[in-house]
Amino acid sequence: MSVNKDTVRKIAHLARIAEPEERLEPLARELSTIIDWVEQLDEVETEDVPPMTSTVAIKLPLRDDVVTDGGYPEDIVANAPGSQDQFFTVPKVLE
Amino acid sequence: MTDNSELTDLTLAQARDGLRGKAFTARELTQSYLNAMNDADALNCFITKTPDKALAMADEADTRLMRGEGRPLDGLPLGIKDLFCTQDVLTTAGSHILDGFTPRYESTVTNNLWQDGAVMLGKLNMDEFAMGSSNENSYYGPVTNPWRRSGGETKLVPGGSSGGSAAAVAAGLVAAATGTDTGGSIRQPAAFTGIVGMKPTYGRCSRWGIVAFASSLDQAGPLARSVQDSALLLTSMVGHDPKDSTSINAPVPDFESAMTGEMKGLRVGIPKEYRVEGMPEEIDRYWRQGMDWCRAAGAEIVDISLPHTRYALPAYYIVAPAEASSNLARYDGVRYGLRCKSDDITDMYEQTRSQGFGDEVKRRVLMGTYVLSAGYYDAYYLKAQKVRTLISRDFSQAFNKVDLILTPTAPDAAFGIGEKANDPISMYLNDVFTVPVNLAGLPGLSLPVGLNAQGLPLGLQLIGKALDEETLFRAGGALEEAAGFNATPTRWWRDV
Amino acid sequence: MSTKHPHESGHKLIAGATGDWEIVIGLEVHAQVSSKAKLFSGANTEYGAEPNSQVSLVDAAMPGMLPVINRYCVQQAVRTGLGLKAKINTISVFDRKNYFYPDLPQGYQISQFKFPIVGEGEVTVDLADGETVKVRIERLHLEQDAGKSIHDLHPDLSFVDLNRSGVALMEIVSMPDMRSSLEAAAYVRKVRAIVRYLGTCDGNMEQGSMRADVNVSVRRPGEPLGTRCEIKNVNSIRFMSQAIEYEARRQIDIIEEGGVIKQETRQFDSKTSTTSAMRSKEEAHDYRYFPDPDLLPLELDEQWIEKIKATLPELPDEKKSRFMSDYGLSAYDAGVLVAEKDRAAFFERVAIGRDSKLASNWVTGEFFGALNKAGLNIENSPISANQLGKLIDLISDKTVSGRIAKQVFEIMFEFGGDPAQIIEKKGLKQVTDLTAIELEIDKVIAAHPGKVAQVKDKPKMMGWFVGQVMQSTGGKANPQAVNQLLRKKLGLG
Repeated sequence: MSVNKDTVRKIAHLARIAEPEERLEPLARELSTIIDWVEQLDEVETEDVPPMTSTVAIKLPLRDDVVTDGGYPEDIVANAPGSQDQFFTVPKVLE
Repeated sequence: MTDNSELTDLTLAQARDGLRGKAFTARELTQSYLNAMNDADALNCFITKTPDKALAMADEADTRLMRGEGRPLDGLPLGIKDLFCTQDVLTTAGSHILDGFTPRYESTVTNNLWQDGAVMLGKLNMDEFAMGSSNENSYYGPVTNPWRRSGGETKLVPGGSSGGSAAAVAAGLVAAATGTDTGGSIRQPAAFTGIVGMKPTYGRCSRWGIVAFASSLDQAGPLARSVQDSALLLTSMVGHDPKDSTSINAPVPDFESAMTGEMKGLRVGIPKEYRVEGMPEEIDRYWRQGMDWCRAAGAEIVDISLPHTRYALPAYYIVAPAEASSNLARYDGVRYGLRCKSDDITDMYEQTRSQGFGDEVKRRVLMGTYVLSAGYYDAYYLKAQKVRTLISRDFSQAFNKVDLILTPTAPDAAFGIGEKANDPISMYLNDVFTVPVNLAGLPGLSLPVGLNAQGLPLGLQLIGKALDEETLFRAGGALEEAAGFNATPTRWWRDV
Repeated sequence: MSTKHPHESGHKLIAGATGDWEIVIGLEVHAQVSSKAKLFSGANTEYGAEPNSQVSLVDAAMPGMLPVINRYCVQQAVRTGLGLKAKINTISVFDRKNYFYPDLPQGYQISQFKFPIVGEGEVTVDLADGETVKVRIERLHLEQDAGKSIHDLHPDLSFVDLNRSGVALMEIVSMPDMRSSLEAAAYVRKVRAIVRYLGTCDGNMEQGSMRADVNVSVRRPGEPLGTRCEIKNVNSIRFMSQAIEYEARRQIDIIEEGGVIKQETRQFDSKTSTTSAMRSKEEAHDYRYFPDPDLLPLELDEQWIEKIKATLPELPDEKKSRFMSDYGLSAYDAGVLVAEKDRAAFFERVAIGRDSKLASNWVTGEFFGALNKAGLNIENSPISANQLGKLIDLISDKTVSGRIAKQVFEIMFEFGGDPAQIIEKKGLKQVTDLTAIELEIDKVIAAHPGKVAQVKDKPKMMGWFVGQVMQSTGGKANPQAVNQLLRKKLGLG
């Protein structure tokens, strides 16, 4: 199995998804199946192949340095589960 | 016309002509769709219905039509996949984590549609964050395909992720709908429900305001009842948007006028790699039938090879989850949507995301996190992007010889709800013919060509060169005529 | 003047209980691009606005929002790269750096990881003794700033303001080439001078538009690099020096007591002048960098870069050499003058067409001294370059002596006004009338016959006579004339 329980625990935490202990083993199996399957890419010779960097044949567009946006703090916090005085609020963060 | 049920039988183009000819009003048309919608709750196509908004928009369209100031889509009632942000209308992406999210902005694509006079009937159900091929992954429950196997009552999936869009169009609940297609999410459900689905070239439709799944693959497009309707809708959806750095600034042709009814001089490529093991004979038969129709319409059939086809799905299942794992990081319970109560910030994140995301989304986020994590980047993500280059090169080389490519859309017809739920890879294989097109950013169109032995629709896919949607509409129109597919599902859901 | 090379170290060792140690310092300077709008959105970047009032839908990472890059920010990064004598990369890539934090709305920061816009460069750092040190630049890349979390407004909650979210930063990464807090401070001053000359960043550390992450390690001279600790977000040069001093001592103490240094992220507490490990950074990070699929690679045209190059202003190093050659200034004086762009410009306005040594002495001495004492800068200086120049003219044409000129300067500094008018009004004009001076000399000679007798054997006593004459003329006599006449009258030839 390419992915074990500890790895699942680690990546679940990296992804900030709580996974109960009993889910780790089944998830490890599921992910291993998928990982083993995608590893067929190893058959492909890609030594001198550049990675695809863009799907479109255009150059990155650049915009002018002009203030065109902002100024609507009420809209910014309108959907927030927690807000006060136009700030978002979250459980206290310890530095 | 007084029988409202007949109004919902009209294609988009017919309805447009009827409105312009004042045969009926936009309000009448809209009301008949609202009635049809309310009769079809058994299909679970809608997450949000917006009848008041629809009628108000219809009245505005009627005012313009009355004055002879009609716009291209004036008064035409559409359904919108719930992945498009719509101003002041709940937008969920089919996910619990976007509970109550009401954007203060309108996506560019839907804004284009409203500017052209279209009417919004509501927001359509979908696989959560567009991840799925069956619409079973919605927090709002699965969508049921309006089609059933002959003589059976088994509930079938409509395909996904634009399952609500496809089912609503096929059942006549909307005149047409928007969808998005990351790996086949427009074309596969179109094939499963006997309608036309079009994914334009990557960069044609602005992605601004569409909830992102996999940014380098996501592309919006229409689901409609005919090739002409798709062309009509796409013409309004596309256009350069300076708010999207990947939006193409290219002239927008009138796609409808590309439909000449013939294929004279076109060379149609048949990729040998699309003949996969275990594919039902019927699909192969319709494919060969499609080649005959092409020849009859004046085209030449050319055998081609797309040698890296079999690596498209594995590459996709690295690239798409990787991008998704990052795109979905913003759903953290801070600025919108669901938040689980906790005194600790990390615990708040973990509980919110654990309860807010469904199983398939979590699976892909974990998969994406894994392939990007330290030490694995080169082996997975970089490797997949290199394979993507090879897949793209395959197409470029093929297009030196041919003008378009003809393939089946999906390896099978619609399947039963729950049948593939426990086997992710067999579910992923649904997209085997559609995914390469997304990886290369090309346009693809699926059109219905007939029914299988069980009475379920099957589709063929046309793949075009980048920015050459016109050839797809031209060929699609000719094939549509040749196929003469006009079957519709019996309206069993009205009695449920 | 001599230049030290990075690896010729050993000149700044500090003593521990068990022998000498060398501090090794590398800096990551975050310089806010002086743009009106943010790097990927059209929201304002001005400092001090109401919470979340300078936030666009993009900065708040609303679903479906997309970044579009600001051309001006790209230009400024290139300009800064050229100012750091660095290689400009014609293709660079924006990557996502993924991590969760409440003031990071996207859940990732758009930065440049593998392919930065600017590659290797070099900064010549001027030290107080007139010597210079070369510090190599590893890279400069563009990235988004995060928002701000405020932890002291509520007992259980942190407040998040996204006004800074998305502001363009240039991260300038040095090689570990500094060996003391003095060198690090001088390096930051030099980088700040360069960006200010270029106008690419205002260099204002109080408002956070420039701040530094400081990497500190210690080693025995000649040994390989030790384990480093990173001190985050130090926002003044003084704090940086304190942080380095404290951190180096802390590490030396640990090692000398047999311990090992743990690689970690630390924060500086300006109240106690100490550093401490950051709780929020305790866990190992895995940023999962990958190219941002919402953006394409940034391709720069060689000609476009050349065009930017052609518009670069004269930078501190060039100005310094020119001041040395054109005005005959010492490396030290020239270094002091060019450290700040407006100070250098002030000097040049004073010096042009005048005795440059005199101008330099006046500008760096009296003038800068008075400014510093009054807590003023060039912008709000009570004396203009033109006025100071006129005062120097009055010294050169012998209208006033240097000593009187200092009095005039003080009046000018306090009350303003034209130096010629002040001299006229206060009757400070230098006495050059020889007969008037002769009269005073005669008086002094007559009053001190004993000293007159001694002076022939002790010529050093001349100074005493000069002082007497100056005193009796209220300092207004021309000192050279006094000297000459005195010598003649005392028979000293």
